[in-house]
Amino acid sequence: MTEMSKIVRTITNIAFPLSMIFGFYVIAHGHLTPGGGFQGGAVVASACAMVLVAFGSKWTIGKIKEKRLSVLESLGAIGFIGLALLGLVFGIAFFHNFLVGSDYLFGIIPATGSGLADINTAGVLPLMNFAVGIKVIAGLFVIVLVMAYAATSYKEDKK
Amino acid sequence: MNIPEYTPALIVAIPLIGAFLTPLISRVHDKLRNIFVILVLVINASLVFLLAYDILKNGIQTYIFGARNLSYPIVRILFEVDAMSIFMAIISSIIVLVAVLYSWSFMKNNTGLDKYYTLILLLTAGILGMVMTGDMFNFFVFLEITSIASCALIAFWTSQAESVEAGFKYIVISAMGALFVLFAVAILYGQYDALNIAQLADVMQYTFLDKIALVLLIVALAMKAGLVPMHMWLPDSYGSAPSTISLVLVGATLASLYGVLRVVFTLYGNALSTIANFDVAVNVFIGWFIIALAILSIIVGVIMALIQTDFKRLIAFGAVAEIGYMFLGIGAGLAAAGTAYGNVALQGGIFHIFNDALDVGLLFLVAGAIYYATKERSLNSMGGLARNMKFTTVFFIIGLLAVAGMPPMNGFASKLLIYESTFQLNPILAIVAILCSILLLAMFVKVFYSAFMGPELPKFKKVKEVPKSMLFAMGILATIIVIFGLFPEIILNNIVQPAADALLGYSEYISQVVAGGI
Amino acid sequence: MIYNIPYIAVVGLILLGMYALVFKRNLIKMVIGITLIESGVNMFLITLGYRKESIAPIYTSSPGGIMSLPVPQALTLTSIVIGVAVTALMLSLVIHIYRHYGSLDAKNVRRLKE
Repeated sequence: MTEMSKIVRTITNIAFPLSMIFGFYVIAHGHLTPGGGFQGGAVVASACAMVLVAFGSKWTIGKIKEKRLSVLESLGAIGFIGLALLGLVFGIAFFHNFLVGSDYLFGIIPATGSGLADINTAGVLPLMNFAVGIKVIAGLFVIVLVMAYAATSYKEDKK
Repeated sequence: MNIPEYTPALIVAIPLIGAFLTPLISRVHDKLRNIFVILVLVINASLVFLLAYDILKNGIQTYIFGARNLSYPIVRILFEVDAMSIFMAIISSIIVLVAVLYSWSFMKNNTGLDKYYTLILLLTAGILGMVMTGDMFNFFVFLEITSIASCALIAFWTSQAESVEAGFKYIVISAMGALFVLFAVAILYGQYDALNIAQLADVMQYTFLDKIALVLLIVALAMKAGLVPMHMWLPDSYGSAPSTISLVLVGATLASLYGVLRVVFTLYGNALSTIANFDVAVNVFIGWFIIALAILSIIVGVIMALIQTDFKRLIAFGAVAEIGYMFLGIGAGLAAAGTAYGNVALQGGIFHIFNDALDVGLLFLVAGAIYYATKERSLNSMGGLARNMKFTTVFFIIGLLAVAGMPPMNGFASKLLIYESTFQLNPILAIVAILCSILLLAMFVKVFYSAFMGPELPKFKKVKEVPKSMLFAMGILATIIVIFGLFPEIILNNIVQPAADALLGYSEYISQVVAGGI
Repeated sequence: MIYNIPYIAVVGLILLGMYALVFKRNLIKMVIGITLIESGVNMFLITLGYRKESIAPIYTSSPGGIMSLPVPQALTLTSIVIGVAVTALMLSLVIHIYRHYGSLDAKNVRRLKE
C-alpha cells in the first residue's frame, strides 16, 4: 500500500513512541493492574501497524526484515518455556514459582488485602509477562506485515 | 527402575521446546535440523514407553502443575494419566516418528521446511497434551492447538488449489466444533464451579443443563472424529494433504475419539445408570444412538469409496468406514455395559483404534510413494508398477489384507472381537459389518490390480524404487502389523484390557483426586 | 429480568453468527460469522462470573465489597487469543483462495467434488 500525506506521517511520528510506552507499561504492570503479556503486546503491535499504514508497506519492509522478527518470536517462546523448566530444576514442579519469597529479583510478598503494592513482587510472573509480550509483538506484527506485502505484490503481478 | 515423577510434564514440554528451537537451528544447516527433530521425537517416545511400563505396574499417575501436594479446593491444572491415555499416547508417538522418518526424503525438494518441522512438533505436543490432561479447559486449549497446527499443515503445498480449499473447509468446521466444546465447558463451570474432570464427575447430578452439555460435547467431538453425517471435511483433508500429514492427521482424529470416550465414560460415569427418556437407562440410549451413526458411517464410507478414481480420496473413505467400526465397538460396549460381551465389544473397539491407525497409515504412505515416483494421483493413468517398485507392492499387499480384516494381519483380531460381540447384541449389526468388510476387500483388490498389475506402460519405463528412508519407515509399520497379527495376545492382555477396565472403572479415576471418592 | 439481558444477548449473537455462516456465500462473511459466534461464547463466559453489586477483582487500592469471579476472565482471555490466531489463519487462506480461483464466491470454489 502507498504512503499517506505529510500531516498523517507527522502525527504518527509523535503518537508512535507514546503508544509504545503505554504498551510496555501495560506489559510490565501485569501482576498489579489489569493487563499482562497478551494485552500489552497487542497495544504495541497496533502501534507498529499504525506505522505500517502511514508510511507504506515498501518503506516498512525495507526497514524491518521478516527474518529478524521470526528470531525475536522464537526467543520469546524459548524464554517462556525455559522459565517453566527452571521451575523444575530449581524448585519442585513444572511451572513452580521459584522466585517468590527469595531475595533475588522479584521476591517480596505484599500484605493481603487492598492497598498499594510494589512492582518487585510476584516472582516469576513479570518475567513471563515480558517473554509473552515480546512474542506477541513479533507475532502480530509479522502477520500484518506479510498480509500487506501479499496484497501489494498481487497488485503488481496483475499489472 | 526409578522413573522420575515429573515424566507426564516432560512428555508435553519436550516437543514444545523442540518446536521453538527448530527455526533457530535450521538457520545453521538443514541436515542438523532433521537430526534434531528425530532426536527429540525418539527421546519423547522412550519417555512414553517408560511411563506406560510404570502405569501398567502401579496404576494411575497424576502430576500437579506448580506444587507438590494437592490442596483443596482444587485450583491447579492436573495431568491424570491412566491406561487409556497412555494407550493413545503410544499410538501417537509411533505415528509421528514414522512420519518424520518418511519425510526425510519425501519433502526434500520443498522450501519452507523449517515451518513444516515446527508445526509437526507443535502438533505432537497438542495431541499428547489432549490425551493426558485431567482438566476440561486444558483439553479445549490443546484441541485448538491441534486443529490450528494441522490446518496449516494441510494447506502446506500452497501452489495447489485443492490443498488450500481443503484447509479452509477444515479450519471452518474445526473452529465451530471447538466453540461448541467451549460453550459446554462454560455450562458445566457455571453450574458446579469446577473445571477438573474428576471433581466434575464427583458432583455431577444430570440436570437439564447437563444434558445439553452432554449433547454438545458428543456432537462436537464426533464431528472432529469423522462420524457420518459430519464427515464432510475428512475426504478433502486426507486426500489433498501431503502423505505424511495424512498419517499424522489420523493420530489427531483418534485423539478426538479419545475425547468422546473420556466424556461419556468418566465425566458422566455416575449418570450413566439413571433412567431417562423412553424408560431406558441413559447408557442404553446413547449407546444405540452411537451404534446407528456407526452403521451409517460404515455403509456410507464403503459405498462412496467404490466410485472414486483418486487414490488418496479412496483410502480416505476407507478410513471413514474404519472409524465406523471403532464407534460400533464402543457403542455396543456402552449399550451392553455390565455384561460379558459388552466388555469384549469395548476391547474390540479400543484394539481397532490401534490397528486402524497402522493400517490406514501404511496405505497412505504407499500412495505417497507412488506420487513421489510417478507424479500420478488418478487410478486411471497408473498401471504395471509392480515391475519397478517391488517393495512398495509388498507393503501394499500387507496393508490391503490388514484393512479388510484377513488373517494373519492384526485387523483380523480386532474385527473378530467386534463381530462376535455385536452378534450377541443384535445379529443384523454383525451381518452389515461383515458384508462391508468383504466390500472393502473387493475394492482394494480392484485398486491393486489397476495400479500394480497389468501391462507395462511406456511412460513408466524409467520409474525406480523410492529412496531407502521411505522404505524403512514403511517397513516399521508393516513389521508391527505382521507381529501383532501373529501374536495378538501380547497387546490384548497387557495394554488393551487395562485400558478397557480403566474406562469402565471410573470411580478409581475420581478417587485419585477427590479425597474420599465415591 | 434485568439480570437476564446478557444471556439473551449471548443467544442473539450466536444465532446471528450461525445465520451468517450458513446462508451467506461470500467467504469473508463466513469468517465474520465465526468471529460473531466466538464473541457470543466469550460473553457467556464473562457473564457467568458476575455477582450482585460486585466490584472488579483487583486488590490494588480497591474499595471494599464483594468481588466478581476472576477465573472466567482468565478463561475468556485465553479464548480471545485463540480466536485471533484462528481468524488470522482463515484470512490468509482466503487470500490464497482468491489468487487461485479468482473469485470469493463459495459456489465457484468447488474443485473437490463428490
